[in-house]
Amino acid sequence: MDFPLFHLDFMGNRMLVAVIAILHVLINHAIAVGFIPVVTLMEYLGYKSEKFEPEKSAYWDKFSHNLLFVSFVITTTVGALTGVGIWFAASLVNPASIASLIRVFYMAWFTEWVIFVSEVGMIMLYFLTWKRSQKSRKAKRQHIIFGAALSIFSWLTMAIIVAILGFMMDPGNWNADNTFWSGVLNPLYMPQLVFRTGLAMMMGGVFALFLSSFFIKKDNPIKVPATRTISLWTLFWTPIALLGAFIYYLKIPTFMMGNLPVALGTQEYQEWYGSLKYIIIGGVGLAVLVSLLLLWKPKTFPKGWLWIPLVMLFGFLGTFERIREFIRKPYVIADYMYANGLLKEDYPLYKRDGILPHSSFTSTPKVTERNKLEAGQNVFLIACTRCHTTQGINSIVTNFEKMYGENKPLNVDAMKAYVQGMHNVKSYMPPFPGNEAELDALVAYVKSLQDYPTKLEGAQINGTAVNPYNIKLLHQE
Amino acid sequence: MFAQLQLVPKDIPIPLPLPEGVLITLLVVSFLLHILFVNLMLGGSILTLWFEIKGLKNKRYDKLAYQIAQTITVNKSLAVVLGVAPLLTINVLYTIYFYSANALTGKYWIMLVPLVALVFLLLYAHKYTWKILEINKSLHISIIALAVVSFLFIPFIFLANVNLMLFPEKWNEIHGFFSSLSLPNVLPRYFHFIVASLAITGLFMFYYISRKTYEFETHLGVFKKAELQKMFYSLAFGATTSQFIFGSLVFLTLPSKGIDWDLFWMISIGISFAIPAMIFMWKEITGPNEKMGRHFIKVVSLLTITIVFMGTGRHLYRANALEPHQKLMAERTAKHQELVKQATLEAKMGLSAQAILPPGETLFKQYCTVCHKISERLVGPPVTEMIEVYASDFSGFKKWVRTPGRKRMDYPAMTGFPQLTDQELVDLGGYIFEQ
Repeated sequence: MDFPLFHLDFMGNRMLVAVIAILHVLINHAIAVGFIPVVTLMEYLGYKSEKFEPEKSAYWDKFSHNLLFVSFVITTTVGALTGVGIWFAASLVNPASIASLIRVFYMAWFTEWVIFVSEVGMIMLYFLTWKRSQKSRKAKRQHIIFGAALSIFSWLTMAIIVAILGFMMDPGNWNADNTFWSGVLNPLYMPQLVFRTGLAMMMGGVFALFLSSFFIKKDNPIKVPATRTISLWTLFWTPIALLGAFIYYLKIPTFMMGNLPVALGTQEYQEWYGSLKYIIIGGVGLAVLVSLLLLWKPKTFPKGWLWIPLVMLFGFLGTFERIREFIRKPYVIADYMYANGLLKEDYPLYKRDGILPHSSFTSTPKVTERNKLEAGQNVFLIACTRCHTTQGINSIVTNFEKMYGENKPLNVDAMKAYVQGMHNVKSYMPPFPGNEAELDALVAYVKSLQDYPTKLEGAQINGTAVNPYNIKLLHQE
Repeated sequence: MFAQLQLVPKDIPIPLPLPEGVLITLLVVSFLLHILFVNLMLGGSILTLWFEIKGLKNKRYDKLAYQIAQTITVNKSLAVVLGVAPLLTINVLYTIYFYSANALTGKYWIMLVPLVALVFLLLYAHKYTWKILEINKSLHISIIALAVVSFLFIPFIFLANVNLMLFPEKWNEIHGFFSSLSLPNVLPRYFHFIVASLAITGLFMFYYISRKTYEFETHLGVFKKAELQKMFYSLAFGATTSQFIFGSLVFLTLPSKGIDWDLFWMISIGISFAIPAMIFMWKEITGPNEKMGRHFIKVVSLLTITIVFMGTGRHLYRANALEPHQKLMAERTAKHQELVKQATLEAKMGLSAQAILPPGETLFKQYCTVCHKISERLVGPPVTEMIEVYASDFSGFKKWVRTPGRKRMDYPAMTGFPQLTDQELVDLGGYIFEQ
């Protein structure tokens, strides 16, 4: 509407954000928030063992330093860049949404940034002063305290971001009170934070166990105590992750109701909700099982299998993120902006005049018989492409074919009837924003896509047409 | 295009989070901090590559390259984290302009993420394999060479964006990233930036090896300290001198729409502080070794003032260039909101004036017509079939509508409507079974 539209017609725009965001969350949870405490704990055990078992101390120190090296390299490269990358991707995929969120959350994000800068500075200091800390016991003690402080900072960055995520889903509060605190106080914040904290710590533990198979050789004297300690760490956080997940699981339906006054309990959602239970049990269960086995027989457990619980927990988190994405629909900001980036309050205007005349970047301000397909494509670009493609992932043609039968020619009247009422039936769909002529053009375009499949390139390749605004009109009335 | 017809998008209808002046100050200051570390990261990488190649013939330069490499990985982390604040702030202040430029160069804009991550990994690979790859120098040098080549490319992506955002009138002429490079001013700005990186890195390395805590003899004992100090000073001096050419080129190629006397004076004052800095540098380079560094603080302070003026001038140009358009945008946004109010009111009145349909028919239209027709299959079976199955089984009908299952495998499963009340279902059933 007010931005040239970037569009990826094969993978879909949502997938771009999802790939970058999930990669970032995984690194953040498993290799920073939940992992740094494990590193510090290992370092502390080395410090402590100096008195009782001095022969082991150096091994502990070496192991924790190796762990930190991995975290340092990954978080300051892929971790940091995917963090910034979420902004980059969001600004391409849904600029109106991210722009609104940044305006409201500027101060929160600024605070987040200050903590983030400190966090990066601290991880560099923590890593780069390791050698110096080995010079004396006092230096080591300070270094460990520093590691603990770094752990707290990593957790804080996560705690702030969760508030912003919660806000995006929070119904009602936006219009009355659009502040950072309404995000923090929303009913999903605490369960989400508890859940993420527990899960991150578990993931950090499982990741450390995974790495230990590379860093701790068979004859290493800390093999048994290190494996047991990290297993205990993972088990310790399990009930907290489960408690958070459980409350979250109970809260989702009430939350859905607030968000979706029209229809609740669509089948798609029911399927998600049902699968969540199994994935929680599967992911957490496997991590617990492996930790117990490691506690019991730390020496005989086949190290080659340690990646499995790690992948399961990754999958668990990934599913959780998808559900979070799912329950906010049809909105991108609850009750304020739909997933297509259009404001709810602007709908009556677009319904009356159509979206095209109010669009700044379109080649067809008005639908005519001659430009019908081009106009249809423009309507599709504005109203549909934030989530749908022509023939790629979540293809508009395939979706209609699934409904009306494969290999059957699409019927424009049926599609028209569907688009007009889809928000009543599919609660995750925003209402169609345009007028009747635009709807005609849209379904004609979809039909033509079935007959003559063509790809639709975004502004990054095609450039953009502009719909010039008649400035004199501003002053006429 | 005449001014009467212009591209004027609507702005985000949410007020700025802080007073504009505060945001602008934050933008200028945080950007300068960010670009300082970007300069050090880029300049450091170029020098590392240069000296490592030189070190193939003369071993002692390899040691120097190693020392410079130690600084890059720290500077690169700071460059990234310090980039977030100006990114956020420019998003808030110039939302429409910045995001539009991003979309138009989208493929390369998003490529920044994997590309920069990859270069950072290369930098670590280079730093931590220095000893291991001692025997395979060509591979080791290739790693840093690849990083430097990427680093030399990446600024184009940023420059394309910050340049393109200034010219909404050109947006419809741009087809992808490379075409955005053809706008005037991109290349001069690029060279201005690269040369600045060398100047700043020269000064930084001078400071780095001259620090009291730096164990020069251990790390770089193969050199005489003054020899390196003079070399880094000369680099800074040479680069700063050539900025008189590149800087002038930037100014001359700026499209006139943002230039005014304020900008001219801002830049002139900036230059006037650079001249004494260069005189001091010259004195150091030609002066006695034992007094080396006596003017360093003066040089750095004077050049800092220059950079602050230049950074402010940079912002001033942007503000001047976009101000008329921002005014139009604000007017259009206000106008749009009036139109929205009007249309909302009309829609409300229209609703109440509409002929009121019987409740059963209204419900049917709202929920059912999407998938069901009266006498033929659409998505689901026709109403005639519903009558056959449920006309004498109302409770079965009620149950099905609220929690449907899937009876026919060649049809998609139906959506449930548990929110419908008993009365609504009676109305709906009444309508359906009358057909």
